[in-house]
Amino acid sequence: MRTYILRRLLQTIPLLLGISALTFVLLQAAPGDFLNMMAENPAISAETLEQMRKNFGLDRPWYVQYFVYLKNIFLHFDFGQSFSRHQPVFEVLKQGLANTLLLASAAMVITWGLAIPLGVLAAVKQYSLQDKALSLIAFVWLSIPEVLSGLLLLFLAAQTGWFPLGGMTSLDHDLMPPIQRFWDLLRHLALPALVVGLVPLAGRMRQMRGNLLDVLRLDYVTTARAKGLDEHVVIYKHALRNALNPLITLFGFTLGSLVSGSFVAEFIFSWPGLGSITLEALNTQDQYLVMGAVLMASTVLVLGNLIADLLLAVVDPRISYD
Amino acid sequence: MLATTPPEAPRRSLTPGQIFWRQFHRNSLAVAGLWLLGLLYGMTLLAPFLAPYSENSIDRTRFYHPPTPLRWVDADGRFHAIPFIHPTREIATSRYEEDRTRTLPIRFFVQGEPYKLWGMLPMDRHLYGVESGERIFLMGADHQGRCVWTRLLFGAQISLSVGLIGIAISFTLGMLLGGISGYFGGWIDTIVMRFVELLLSIPGLYLIVALRGVFPNDLPSEQIYLAIIAILAFIGWAGLARVIRGMVLSIRKADYIAAAEALGMSRMRIIIRHILPNTLSYVIVAATIAVPGYILGEVFLSFLGVGVQEPSASWGNMLNQARSLAALRYYPWMLFVPGVAIFLTVMAYNFFGDGLRDALDPRKTPGGKG
Repeated sequence: MRTYILRRLLQTIPLLLGISALTFVLLQAAPGDFLNMMAENPAISAETLEQMRKNFGLDRPWYVQYFVYLKNIFLHFDFGQSFSRHQPVFEVLKQGLANTLLLASAAMVITWGLAIPLGVLAAVKQYSLQDKALSLIAFVWLSIPEVLSGLLLLFLAAQTGWFPLGGMTSLDHDLMPPIQRFWDLLRHLALPALVVGLVPLAGRMRQMRGNLLDVLRLDYVTTARAKGLDEHVVIYKHALRNALNPLITLFGFTLGSLVSGSFVAEFIFSWPGLGSITLEALNTQDQYLVMGAVLMASTVLVLGNLIADLLLAVVDPRISYD
Repeated sequence: MLATTPPEAPRRSLTPGQIFWRQFHRNSLAVAGLWLLGLLYGMTLLAPFLAPYSENSIDRTRFYHPPTPLRWVDADGRFHAIPFIHPTREIATSRYEEDRTRTLPIRFFVQGEPYKLWGMLPMDRHLYGVESGERIFLMGADHQGRCVWTRLLFGAQISLSVGLIGIAISFTLGMLLGGISGYFGGWIDTIVMRFVELLLSIPGLYLIVALRGVFPNDLPSEQIYLAIIAILAFIGWAGLARVIRGMVLSIRKADYIAAAEALGMSRMRIIIRHILPNTLSYVIVAATIAVPGYILGEVFLSFLGVGVQEPSASWGNMLNQARSLAALRYYPWMLFVPGVAIFLTVMAYNFFGDGLRDALDPRKTPGGKG
């Protein structure tokens, strides 16, 4: 197991190097750079521009820039400077990633908190009205892209005024007592988390239903019923535990999409996460910030897939990686 | 039980095409999806004719005009077989009142702004309209007083075609590269598959944004359109190539491939003529299911403000304009018209793709219930 983990971790290094190289080449291919935009500002003199060009190494060929970039990461864990924010890239991204992960974890709680009980309900009452209604809703919901569900919730917020229309905190957040501050954050978090959380809900619910139905057909469940166990005990103590097993793997794979899943919701609700930062960096041609963001998002994806594989091995005794 | 089975009546055997159609028709949702798609794409072909105005016909006196209600009974209580509308006037900023004393009959095939159908036929007839000087907004007007229904039709030309063209490019690429990778193996396989892995390791939306950075921000709209297709195609081929490679690995061991090799056929010809056709039924289903993703890719980019730019219409930038607080609160048709259009399109593709998959599944026989 340990050698497997080590091997997988080592494999991610060339992968991330490749990703960084690809992004770097793409950004080099982009016309102009941040300094071109500054050059249009009459308040900045030509000498200052030249100075900045030197400081950021923009006057050197792109491969030299790339190696300097890599060297700084490996030696100093320095992802470069954000041109537009005058801050180290890592600082900017750290905050963004934290916000994104907060949003994504809240979304995950919503997804699984709803998917498991609803899936169980649909399986236990197979072909009942509830079951059919749930599958119909699931099917329709699959056709509503995140952009639309997000705007729909934003529309409801605008109509009712029950929820804030975006951002992460209110203007007077810093003046509030701690409990109120937490409540304020929660109110801002609710709608974007709902948008992100509801996207995979339909699929997970159907999977939970299918798993439980499969398990309920097994012999040991019949045995449990035959020996006169209460139906509740049969379902919740005997069947459900085994039905949850495949979902744990799935849970692992959703870890990988943690970061990318909330991109749209972040934009709609102006949530200051990694997605919003990336978009802003794109618009200001903040090269190092875009690269750092893409690298960070990819790292989360790669690590998420690794964790998924490991979870599978932990949960399922039939699998071993040695 | 055995004795009661009647002897099989001699039946004409069905061609695979007929089997497919029978299977497909059994799924009414899939048939409905196909009809809806036909309707949607038919509408994009006739967009300038179906729309009462041109794409950028701005009416400065009617910003945020609500949908015009159709009336059948006029102020004197008379019934009109062809519906009419009342002209409106602005009573406060972006608030309108109907003038019930006057009626404007809806006219069909009216003369209006000239346009060129399919880029060549000069025409000036529109399906419906009202007398010039007045306006009819069946689905409301946007912040510049442009007819939302008109913009929806013109936007569909961009949003719906991006999916088809993008799929065509990326799936051709995916099949070719997957085929080459699986057939040749060795270092070619390694390089292609490592690159696929690389592309699949970058979260899709981040990759889209990074790729968008390659193109200048202020491209003219035709070039933006091509850029969006290029971006989506570049991302889309990777996943398919991996699956195709797997299929090719098993197909290339078949005897008929050995026969083709023995006959001295060129290797690219073997891949294209003999191996890839075997993957087609999978590819067709995968493509149908993937189209909504491409359509949403365009919607995503334009919605973020880095895709199709004003004054060209696309469903994505229509949604972007609907995002303002004013629009959300008071002018919700700006959100719901493109929203419903996107929803219907995605749903139609989902139904159609599901039916296609079931009908092309060889494990399902036309007699048995799958």
